[in-house]
Amino acid sequence: MHRPRLVLFFAGAMGFVCLFVFGFTPLRHPRDIRNRYAQQINTRTFAERNITDAVSAVNFDYRGFDTLGEEFILFVSVLGSLLLLRMEAERKEGILMDAAERSRDLGASDAMGLWILAMVAPKLVFGIYIVTHGQLTPGGGFQGGVILATAALIIYCGKGFPIFRKMLSHSAIEILEALGAGGFVAIGMLAFLWHRPFLTNVLPLGKAHELTSGGTIALISLATGLEVSAGFVLLLYAFLQETLTERGED
Amino acid sequence: MANAFTYAGYATAAWLFLIGLYGVVTSRHLVHLCLSLTVIQASTYVLFTVIGYRQGLPAPIFTDGIKPGAAAVDPVVQALMLTDIVVEATVVALLLAITVRIHRRAGTADPNSVNIMQG
Repeated sequence: MHRPRLVLFFAGAMGFVCLFVFGFTPLRHPRDIRNRYAQQINTRTFAERNITDAVSAVNFDYRGFDTLGEEFILFVSVLGSLLLLRMEAERKEGILMDAAERSRDLGASDAMGLWILAMVAPKLVFGIYIVTHGQLTPGGGFQGGVILATAALIIYCGKGFPIFRKMLSHSAIEILEALGAGGFVAIGMLAFLWHRPFLTNVLPLGKAHELTSGGTIALISLATGLEVSAGFVLLLYAFLQETLTERGED
Repeated sequence: MANAFTYAGYATAAWLFLIGLYGVVTSRHLVHLCLSLTVIQASTYVLFTVIGYRQGLPAPIFTDGIKPGAAAVDPVVQALMLTDIVVEATVVALLLAITVRIHRRAGTADPNSVNIMQG
């Protein structure tokens, strides 16, 4: 049954390899590639935007419009996952809670749970640090947002689903996610007040090497962090609910 | 000097792409299929990182003794990759959610025996 498919794959793969070699041989060694755009950004970031991290400058300023697109891919895929997994969730609330209670007994002991919970605060601080320092050091909304979401995961690991649900209100996280996605657009539209194009960096650039440097870059990074962390927590919610409901039905 | 290793970065990207595609073609489980797709995607990460790398130059963070405006590795490809890694994770979550629904409806997760078109 797989045979014709494999033959087709190997024929295609041979073709791909030939074209790839044909296409890449005339290219220079990666060492010798000179990307003028990258050089321009490296030279100008500090002079034009007062920030020290060129990657954040690309993400949240020079190519901010692309990042907006990426962020809405994230938003839509979270939305899609929630819709797909939530279809039956409400109907089976009872099964879910029973399964959640039972899985709690199988989880960590109280002492372990306490220690795991003690890690939540450092994780939150670290996540917020990474989100807010994106313009100074490696970091920003995308990386910090994921770290913040792991703080929620660790609550589940330590205390099980009922406590997880009690500590993190689903509707509040939905609102946070919407605020993150809308905030990005709103900050971009701020430029309209100065009759400038969308996503122009119109705020004062502040003093270099300080948290307030970079104008809108820090704010957009913050909005992204909010959206990414809330999005991941919502995914966590949906998949935990699904898994527990399924386990409860068996 | 050009030799076989000159293009090792490009070759790694091509290898990851092909091995991921092989996984998709021969997959017997939808979760395996989703993860094979992430392997294909990893090939673009390798390609971009290789293209952006400059031997001996620092990361494009102009602090701690690195002069602002000095030569550094390519920040553009790094920005592309870091957003994509995070976005990819949510897209995989969406694919897995679809997998869960298919498994519910068809009773199997083998892409060969799932007939999506049935009523």
